[in-house]
Amino acid sequence: MSLREALEAGRFAVTSEVGPPKGIDVSAMMASAELLRGRVDALNVTDNQAAVMRLSTIAACVHLKQAGFEPVLQVTGRDRNRLAIQSDLLGAASLGITTVLALTGDHVVVGDHREAKAVFDLESVQILKVIADLNAGHDMTGHDLIGTPEFYPGAVVTPGSVPLEPQIAKFEKKIAAGARYFQTQAVFDIEAFAHFMSGARESGAKVLAGVVVLRSARMAHFMNKNIPGIAVPDGIIATLERSENPQQTGIEIAARFIDECKEVCDGVHIMAVGAEHLVPQILDAAGLTEVIA
Amino acid sequence: MIVTKPRDWARIKANLESIDAKSVFLMGCGQCATVAHTGGEKELAVAKARLEADGYQVTGWAVGEVACHLGGTKLETRKHFGSVDAADAVVVLACGAGVQTVADAVKKPVFPGLESAFLGTVLRSGVYEERCQTCGDCVLDLTAGICPVTTCPKGLLNGPCGGMWNGMCEVQTDRECTHVRIKRRLAEQGRSATRVIPAKDNSVKLKPGSINTRERKGQ
Repeated sequence: MSLREALEAGRFAVTSEVGPPKGIDVSAMMASAELLRGRVDALNVTDNQAAVMRLSTIAACVHLKQAGFEPVLQVTGRDRNRLAIQSDLLGAASLGITTVLALTGDHVVVGDHREAKAVFDLESVQILKVIADLNAGHDMTGHDLIGTPEFYPGAVVTPGSVPLEPQIAKFEKKIAAGARYFQTQAVFDIEAFAHFMSGARESGAKVLAGVVVLRSARMAHFMNKNIPGIAVPDGIIATLERSENPQQTGIEIAARFIDECKEVCDGVHIMAVGAEHLVPQILDAAGLTEVIA
Repeated sequence: MIVTKPRDWARIKANLESIDAKSVFLMGCGQCATVAHTGGEKELAVAKARLEADGYQVTGWAVGEVACHLGGTKLETRKHFGSVDAADAVVVLACGAGVQTVADAVKKPVFPGLESAFLGTVLRSGVYEERCQTCGDCVLDLTAGICPVTTCPKGLLNGPCGGMWNGMCEVQTDRECTHVRIKRRLAEQGRSATRVIPAKDNSVKLKPGSINTRERKGQ
């Protein structure tokens, strides 16, 4: 069952992500993926994440696909103009990679090639529109395609954005442009997230809640201080501070949150950030024990 | 206006040394560079003193009405023909368009005396902010008179990126997110912006831009 089939069938879906290496040795990336085998519906492959140059997303997707995983191709507008984006999307589809996630991309100034020209010819909303065009059998200027792809387009949303209104307006634009599913930035407060979802439900788009596995209070403080749109609540930080085994506590917090999400949204997107080995344990604790074929 | 800033003096000197120039004619601009305090009469006087202190002879100087007007600049340089002709080089304290216009108007080697920064607004004397990319495909009608092409570091048209944080820009952390400003001003004016703004038409910005309003109709 593909991610699309799972979401459309209403089964609670689980995705995670892997980062391509800087270099051509994909063994560590594949080892991370192996830790998640049978436990996730699909694996996101980041696109020069944080504007740090790495092995191509499409190549990494092919490696994963050949190993039997469903890759989610992240497509950003930072490094490619509209010709390259469309051409890469067609190339991916020709290789059987059709689950895609459209993002604007981090600015080059935060990455490791600060002198690069930031492209941003298309932004996330416009990339979604391009995907809809390709799915309709023509490119963005209306020229017919030989062979029509069937992409399943997704996008991201930050429910904890402050202020929230511009983010919601963009969320609605993404739906209008064709996004069928969303991954959220990491969320921790189930009540606040449920409030966001009560509005998002009306759109009909499927939503995967972003889950970050906290391994210490220090990590929570770091994220609050450095990552936009993330707010680890004080209560969680206090629990981690009191814990004698913060990693185990972090696993329990994540598992409880995932369990609560079952009533709130359509699945979870787990950003393990180096803790892929903990994911099966978390899913077990969240009651998601079924092997995903 | 076109905002300019002083060019590194060592580069100006290196330019003069490259042609073994001993004498210089200075030109400024009565418009933008005068307002920006980079190429008006006062700044030319400072440049003249500095050149003389460095051993150059300054044969003369002029601040025309507007450096980037070819006809006006030709007249201005003709008025000063003797001192221009006596100079080995002309240094222009104006934007890049001004420098090129002077270079078209005189037969001497012409060097830039300023760096062109951007097309922007004078917030108050000495404080300038970039406002326009002259993209030729204006979206200000949809964005409450705030240009996201220029004032969002990513040039996004449809709303904030995931980097917006407590209303601030992730790239230029001391600036409020342009899309937060746009949204607020639209709301204050009772306007909404739900329509997806399509990708920009870059074909209208083919370089070099050229406009001729004198072309006869049908041509």
